[in-house]
Amino acid sequence: MTTVESEPAAEADPAVLSSTMPDGQDASAGGVIGTRRLRREDPALLTGKEKFTDDLDVPGALHMAILRSPYAHARIVSVDTTEATSLPGVEHVFTGRDLTEAWAAPMPCAWPVTEDMKSPEHRPLAVEQVNHVGDGVAVVLARSNAEARDAIDAIDVTYEPLEAVIGLDDALSDRVLVHPELGTNTSYRWELKLDEEAVDRAFADAVHVVEERYVQQRLMPMFMEPRACVAVPQPTGGGLTLYSSTQIPHILRVMLAVTTGLPEHQLRVVAPAVGGGFGGKLNVYADELLVTVLAHRLDTPVRWVEERTENAMATIHGRGQIQHIELAADAEGKVTAVRVDLTADMGAYLQLVTPGIPLLGAFLYCGVYDVGAFSFGCTGVFTTKTPTDAYRGAGRPEATYAIERAMDSLAAKTGIDPADLRMRNFIGTDQFPYTAVTGLTYDSGNYEGALAKCKDLVDYDGLRAEQARRRDTGETKHLGIGISSYFEMCGLAPSRVLASLNYSAGGWEAATVRVLPTSKVQVVTGTAPHGQGHETSWAMLVADKLGMSPDDVDVLHSDTSVAPSGMDTYGSRSLAVGGVAVTMACDKVIEKARRIAAHQMEAAEDDLEFAGGEFAVRGSPDRTMPLAAVAFEAFTAHDLPDGEEPTLEAQVTYDPPNFSWPFGTHICVVEVDEETGQVDVLTYGAIDDCGNQVNPLIVEGQVHGGIVQGVAQALFEEVVYDADGNLQTSTLAEYMVPGAPDVPHMTTGSTITPSPTNPLGVKGVGEAGTIGAAPAVMNAVVDALAPLGVHDIDMPASPMKVWSAIQAARGAEAGDVGTDASSAQGGPDAQVTGRDDGRDGAK
Amino acid sequence: MRITVTVNGREQDHEVEPRLLLVHYLRDVVGLTGTNVGCDTSSCGACTVHLDGEAVKACTVLAVQADGAEITTIEGLATDGEMHPMQEAFRQCHGLQCGYCTPGMVMASLSLLDENPSPSDDEIRDGLEGNLCRCTGYQNIVAAVRQCADGRQEVTA
Repeated sequence: MTTVESEPAAEADPAVLSSTMPDGQDASAGGVIGTRRLRREDPALLTGKEKFTDDLDVPGALHMAILRSPYAHARIVSVDTTEATSLPGVEHVFTGRDLTEAWAAPMPCAWPVTEDMKSPEHRPLAVEQVNHVGDGVAVVLARSNAEARDAIDAIDVTYEPLEAVIGLDDALSDRVLVHPELGTNTSYRWELKLDEEAVDRAFADAVHVVEERYVQQRLMPMFMEPRACVAVPQPTGGGLTLYSSTQIPHILRVMLAVTTGLPEHQLRVVAPAVGGGFGGKLNVYADELLVTVLAHRLDTPVRWVEERTENAMATIHGRGQIQHIELAADAEGKVTAVRVDLTADMGAYLQLVTPGIPLLGAFLYCGVYDVGAFSFGCTGVFTTKTPTDAYRGAGRPEATYAIERAMDSLAAKTGIDPADLRMRNFIGTDQFPYTAVTGLTYDSGNYEGALAKCKDLVDYDGLRAEQARRRDTGETKHLGIGISSYFEMCGLAPSRVLASLNYSAGGWEAATVRVLPTSKVQVVTGTAPHGQGHETSWAMLVADKLGMSPDDVDVLHSDTSVAPSGMDTYGSRSLAVGGVAVTMACDKVIEKARRIAAHQMEAAEDDLEFAGGEFAVRGSPDRTMPLAAVAFEAFTAHDLPDGEEPTLEAQVTYDPPNFSWPFGTHICVVEVDEETGQVDVLTYGAIDDCGNQVNPLIVEGQVHGGIVQGVAQALFEEVVYDADGNLQTSTLAEYMVPGAPDVPHMTTGSTITPSPTNPLGVKGVGEAGTIGAAPAVMNAVVDALAPLGVHDIDMPASPMKVWSAIQAARGAEAGDVGTDASSAQGGPDAQVTGRDDGRDGAK
Repeated sequence: MRITVTVNGREQDHEVEPRLLLVHYLRDVVGLTGTNVGCDTSSCGACTVHLDGEAVKACTVLAVQADGAEITTIEGLATDGEMHPMQEAFRQCHGLQCGYCTPGMVMASLSLLDENPSPSDDEIRDGLEGNLCRCTGYQNIVAAVRQCADGRQEVTA
């Protein structure tokens, strides 16, 4: 791995940045933050001892299998379960109709983005109509998984097929209604139009106008651990425990109570080891509700694990937007206004936060640029496809893609180098905190610094020279250089801002720090890690604060009995909200310990200094009391100050005052073979700034994985449906998750611009790579093909699409009427995109 | 059918259904859940184990086909509580995040080095083509295999 050394920015807090430790070494008091500490999670995962949900041994559990619709859109005429019920091992069969009385409320959507948003009733099993391939129709409970799956094949369902609604323009036309009872396929129209006059004026005065249409193809999260859940009635007391492969045990518990009517205080949700999520496990799924209700009804444990094909059909998809973006610019290429209109594919139903995903991007379409006028509108529309929802970045990669691709179009139009154009338009480092035209305030940034450093990293000028050489000599392998200067809003989120967006919950996070009598520490966090290494990082935070070894700190999470309060893990929020809560709880512990120490040392509180795990009297360094001694005194409670409560423990619930705003620049260099359309990534350089870094090892890992998911969108992955709504990419043999040979070696580095809005100065890094990567790759591909007259290619830029684009451009040059010279929307997506244009929606 | 299989050095003797896959045999019958299932098309490699010393995807082998064979799973690599150098290299290089693909990835990596003790980075990537990871972007996995290979070279040098 190549890593460019990090440089603290001038405003960095030296107390936080002071230390670096060799890899993997134990750090003593202080000096833990900022070290490349190896993860404590790893040994159990590496030796196979860790338990994922489907690894749990639950005696007596019945295995559930779900019969899923093979049709995209159909009325259920009849369901005959007679044969299935009689098969060996089968204990119960339930249809949607059998369970209509089991639900206290429909499947939840927590984000009604407008007052008049339309949402169809969504039950865990369909009753009268199925609305996407994979919609659940019936369940079998059997003594083994194999017997349950055998039996679902024996359920006889008569369907009356209806026409599928696949393309977004076709959906908007209401030619066929997905949910006739709604009277329209449009779920909502959401707008952010603060000063239309200013926008219109900017476009009227513009010297250059760029107008582009981009397709954000649907993607699948494709975490490696299929989802699984097990509901276990408790032997006494009437409670029930749900083990689920989820990112959101806390939100899930609330939603379980709401949908099943079971009392919340008797529900416990546990997320055991979770094998990736990427937003796909940030949801409340039918299977989780079904095992809960059936286990409760039958007083027997019920378990379920999805097959990969079910995952493709019935776990949410991501992206799925058509974007129209227009830039107005003056003669110098300074962008004066941005106007955006989206059509967003909801799929068949609104899942937990489906309608809000495009809105998470709404505020980012002006990018990292100082733009004075902005207009945004989004129409959410139903189709007969799997519901969409959060997938890594959730709205923000889409926004970044649109603005960064459009900036390159502007560069081409003005003849200004794309790097120079960005430099001209950046929000200046001296403008922070910067209040954008949207009203949101960006905490801190140094966009010029990240671009300059990334240019050096890849030798930008040398690359441009090599590109010119190849063009001059007429080589058929074209060099393309793509820049993406991104930022994002993460650290979700200030609760009041969420309220203004009509989101149904808050964005706070809880933490408890408990110093035990023997001075070992338990940290209870409301975050729910699934690969991010919170146990390692949170222990580092506490060790640093309390002056102890991280090995003496245990981190408890993802079990609502142990950690009853929390808002879970998504939106790059865990460190910037949850980690900050942990740090603040440490401060409260120290505050209490100071009172006890002062009392016992007969010193004034103000005279006590706390460092290296002990209190010392200022000016009398020999008068000390270790925190360990204070913890034991707090436990015995023999001699506490009057009114002081025993035990040394503190809880904090932290609501962030602002989002956090990480940023960076990625530069991708590709070679495109004009004879085959093959795109090879030669170099990938990334400078990311996530503020202060607690564990640079983990930061790098997040950046690597994030970039590869962005590269995957640009070059490989795409959910494909045929005209009848059949999912053509329902396995990992068809949905092209890249393997090791497919993806580039990355050269990563960072700048450090601490966030001023939280005491750790941190920002979050889970989604940054994905947000930055896709436009860098596609700008490189388009840059490579510019001499051939190619202006745009839809993602993924498969060899077929690239080759077709080159041929189309050549045809246009030769005067071939009717060929789109400037763009290619070929390949499998062409069918879908074509229907988005309404061309062949009807059967 | 009755089969006898040696798993991580211990002989196992069970009556199994002919259709039972080796991966389900290991997980559900023998009780070794370290080997994971990630797909149903032999695409992801999460279930990779060693059968008579060679890496196989345990979802493409029937349990009855393993009759008489020696199987090594991820649980069989550590000795006396010490992780195998490949496991240790994955940890040192941060070659895992969620850890779900990791057992299969480690088993495939060991097979790779058995066949090619000093691979180039490209050869490592090609050798792991059958194993998908969604978290790491593969870079630190390649680094881990390289570190393990280099460590072996030092030992034999």
